[in-house]
Amino acid sequence: MSGKDKKPGILVGKSFKFGDDISTDLIIPGRYFHLRSNIPELAKHVLEDADSSFAGKVKPGDFVVGGKNFGLGSSREHAPMVIKIAGAGAVLAKSFARIFFRNSINIGLPVLICDTDKIESGDILEIDLKEGVINNITGNLKLEFNPLPEVMIKILNDGGLISHIVKNKGFNL
Amino acid sequence: MEKTISEKIISEHVGKEMKAGDIAVVDVDMVMSHDGTGPLAVSQAKRIGLGGVKNPEKSIFFIDHAAPSPKKELSNAHMILREFAAQTGAEIKDAGEGICHQILVESYSCPGDIVIGADSHTCTSGALGAFSTGMGSTDIAVGYMLAKTWLMVPQTIKVNFNKKINKGVFAKDLVIYLIGKITSDGATYRALEFGGEVGTRLGIDDRFTISNMAVEAGAKTGIFPSDEITENYLESQGRKDCFREISADKGAKYEKVMDIDCSVIEPMVSQPHTVDNALPVSSLEKVMINQVFIGTCTNGRFSDLKIASDILKDKKVASGVRLIVVPASKNTYLEALEKGVIKTFIDSGAVVQSPGCGPCVGVHQGVLGDGEVCLSTQNRNFKGRMGNPNSFIYLASPATAAWSAVKGYIADPREVLG
Repeated sequence: MSGKDKKPGILVGKSFKFGDDISTDLIIPGRYFHLRSNIPELAKHVLEDADSSFAGKVKPGDFVVGGKNFGLGSSREHAPMVIKIAGAGAVLAKSFARIFFRNSINIGLPVLICDTDKIESGDILEIDLKEGVINNITGNLKLEFNPLPEVMIKILNDGGLISHIVKNKGFNL
Repeated sequence: MEKTISEKIISEHVGKEMKAGDIAVVDVDMVMSHDGTGPLAVSQAKRIGLGGVKNPEKSIFFIDHAAPSPKKELSNAHMILREFAAQTGAEIKDAGEGICHQILVESYSCPGDIVIGADSHTCTSGALGAFSTGMGSTDIAVGYMLAKTWLMVPQTIKVNFNKKINKGVFAKDLVIYLIGKITSDGATYRALEFGGEVGTRLGIDDRFTISNMAVEAGAKTGIFPSDEITENYLESQGRKDCFREISADKGAKYEKVMDIDCSVIEPMVSQPHTVDNALPVSSLEKVMINQVFIGTCTNGRFSDLKIASDILKDKKVASGVRLIVVPASKNTYLEALEKGVIKTFIDSGAVVQSPGCGPCVGVHQGVLGDGEVCLSTQNRNFKGRMGNPNSFIYLASPATAAWSAVKGYIADPREVLG
């Protein structure tokens, strides 16, 4: 099932479940600081200290699923970036740390707030970004996610913050 | 409308009344990144290409996280920053100058400013009465090129530190205690505003420590009103001109008010692996330690080093313990040298390293071994933070750190200060 989008705005993939308080140090540790200028190489270590097998298993379109306060800690934008480069189609969590959330939008990685207790590791999910619905195909249930603030939708629709600025020759929020 | 400090500063920058929940595009007064986040900010800034850095004298790059460079890849990253700064006229502070947040408060941030930085602890400048917050490299790239950012005006939690502080208890203990109460995400998206009869009397270094750790509760910033103490500090830095008084209006609307009774607070630690895992030192079982680190943007200032060196005077670091000391900035280092503090450290058996982030980021200068335990004055203790996921980090004040270095286990500084 995992792999390509079925149609625009619909993501399908497998869930990889993580716990509460997944810090940016767990997502991409400081000991790989020297690889920050080589993102593809850095991405090989994505979430290594939370689950050392994750980087080898994740397929394009799969989902990272966390508990509360996902992405707390440092401002390193490399954290959402390596998750995106590793192939994840979105990150789902009960709540996110502020800077991680903002960074994800800026680089065009969907971050969705929903009740992740209803998702198990390995569940196949179909996510309709426009309708705000997550269909847990394995668990046979539907979940809703909170809509993004309007300014963030504008940034995402423009393809991230840099594209937004280039397109509008400045902010147009 | 009666305003919180955040509402007041953002309203001034927008030129109209702004309240919590409003979205604003604002001019920023200061933009910064460092060698961990700057290279990505540079590559994003080049994609914008609107004809250079908008306000070069208010745009800074710091080389502090891995400086001097321990690896060729990082040396190359440093070159990217130097080259971009030279091309655009942006400021650069190279290896040995010190930690970005410390240099901002010494030389750049002013009360009432909006400061943005590609580092989560940018909230440190809130201690001077600035609205100062951390963002990622892309936001900072836009900040460099446009001198603008967008933000949501935050709700504010007012934190009143009340009653009195006990002997042996320091700002670090107050803030660890506070984060234990708020938890690691209890203030997400909020500003913390500090006050109370203890809070308003805290010295400037204590305020830096507390504002620095606001983000550990998830907060966007942690602000002290600016007052005579702020003014005296700015004057000592030759920056009296940038002082202005800024405080919340009487009747400002707070989401929540927390009254903290400081008289019940003891020396505290954050236990592995989260900052909000807070406990009084007195309630710990005997925790043996391998390394003690005194430094960082949280607790690497002169007053921190002085407290620690007073405890270490004529004593030796316990056998089997490494004590690492890193002054927060060149100025801190010079003052500590002049006043004999560095000599005391070295005489006690400590290793003193050049100003910067030191081992806090897990890159160099004190990476932990498997199973090792470190007691540090830094601001976070997440698994893997100091370069090894199989190690354990406890956080405490410089006094607790120094006394523990002597004892060889985490020890209560009231034993020596009482």
